[in-house]
Amino acid sequence: MMLLGISRHQSGFFNYNFALHLCTVFSTMTKLLEWLLGASLIGMAWGLVTFDLLDLQLPPQYRELVWPMPVYLLVVFGCYSLATVGYRVATFNDCEDAAKELQAQIKEAKEDLKKKGLKM
Amino acid sequence: MASRRGNAKTGEQSDKYSVLLPTYNERENLPLIVWLLVKYFGESGYNYEIIVIDDGSPDGTLQIAEQLQKIYGADKILLRPRAKKLGLGTAYIHGIKHASGNFVIIMDADLSHHPKFIAQFIEKQKEGGYDLVSGTRYRGDGGVYGWDLRRKLISRGANFVTQVLLRPGASDLTGSFRLYKKEVLEKLVEQCVSKGYVFQMEMIVRARQLGYTVGEVPISFVDRVYGESKLGGNEIVSFLKGLLTLFATT
Repeated sequence: MMLLGISRHQSGFFNYNFALHLCTVFSTMTKLLEWLLGASLIGMAWGLVTFDLLDLQLPPQYRELVWPMPVYLLVVFGCYSLATVGYRVATFNDCEDAAKELQAQIKEAKEDLKKKGLKM
Repeated sequence: MASRRGNAKTGEQSDKYSVLLPTYNERENLPLIVWLLVKYFGESGYNYEIIVIDDGSPDGTLQIAEQLQKIYGADKILLRPRAKKLGLGTAYIHGIKHASGNFVIIMDADLSHHPKFIAQFIEKQKEGGYDLVSGTRYRGDGGVYGWDLRRKLISRGANFVTQVLLRPGASDLTGSFRLYKKEVLEKLVEQCVSKGYVFQMEMIVRARQLGYTVGEVPISFVDRVYGESKLGGNEIVSFLKGLLTLFATT
């Protein structure tokens, strides 16, 4: 802070301003940016653990668990998607009654309109 | 039924519902949809008007509309035609200009949307004070008639992709049977740039962005047109393009 030549009071103000800007950016981010941000964060965390980038010397079980995760999660998501769409297609309501009711009302409407003088 | 009618008349006399019906070659269906609207609005007691926006239909839709106006009155049936096919967004803008209601209902004129649900839309809106109420085919006892497995698969698949990418907070985004507060519809149509299915999707996504509240009512969609106009590869591609554009820009 001293290198930048600003007092402690001013640096507090900058921190608040920065936080406010950050909040605004997050709340008005497009979905694409949200996904990119999320993917980067997850990617960094994964890379950190798998390649031991920070020299954390984590136990080998952690690395073994984490490194196939991306593929794992994709497969899980794929299965979830298929199951969900399959279920929704299977349970898609067929509105037989609505169709019958409409047919009956069309007849009724045509007769009534003829009476009222409509020439179709 | 009688007490509900009493409530509608005494409680909210200031509320008026303008139904926008953009039409193109609906000579057969227009009288039927108008008859149904008059029937169900009459039963519910709510104050309404129907605005027919015909885009120069060559089949004589406008002439039929004029006959309907004579039968039901020019205060209930308003004709605001345009010279040629100009698109849905501009039809809404055009319709809103002439709407005297404080609420606007948009729906298809081909009998796929049934006016009996409008009373439910209105009640839902009053219940939650929603800025817009959307009819959904995908939840509750909503559904579709006249779709084969292929069509259902495409519909659910597309909706799933949309939900994952956009997380819109509404279950049916491509539906076009909705009730809007007039000023909300005005604001949204101003902002939306897409066409076709994606236009309806963009309306809801932007509504959420602007902080408007969205309510849902299950509806039944009776498709009598599907056999004639199958959902082809072109439409799917343009839908995906539109979806990705929304993904990247909202």
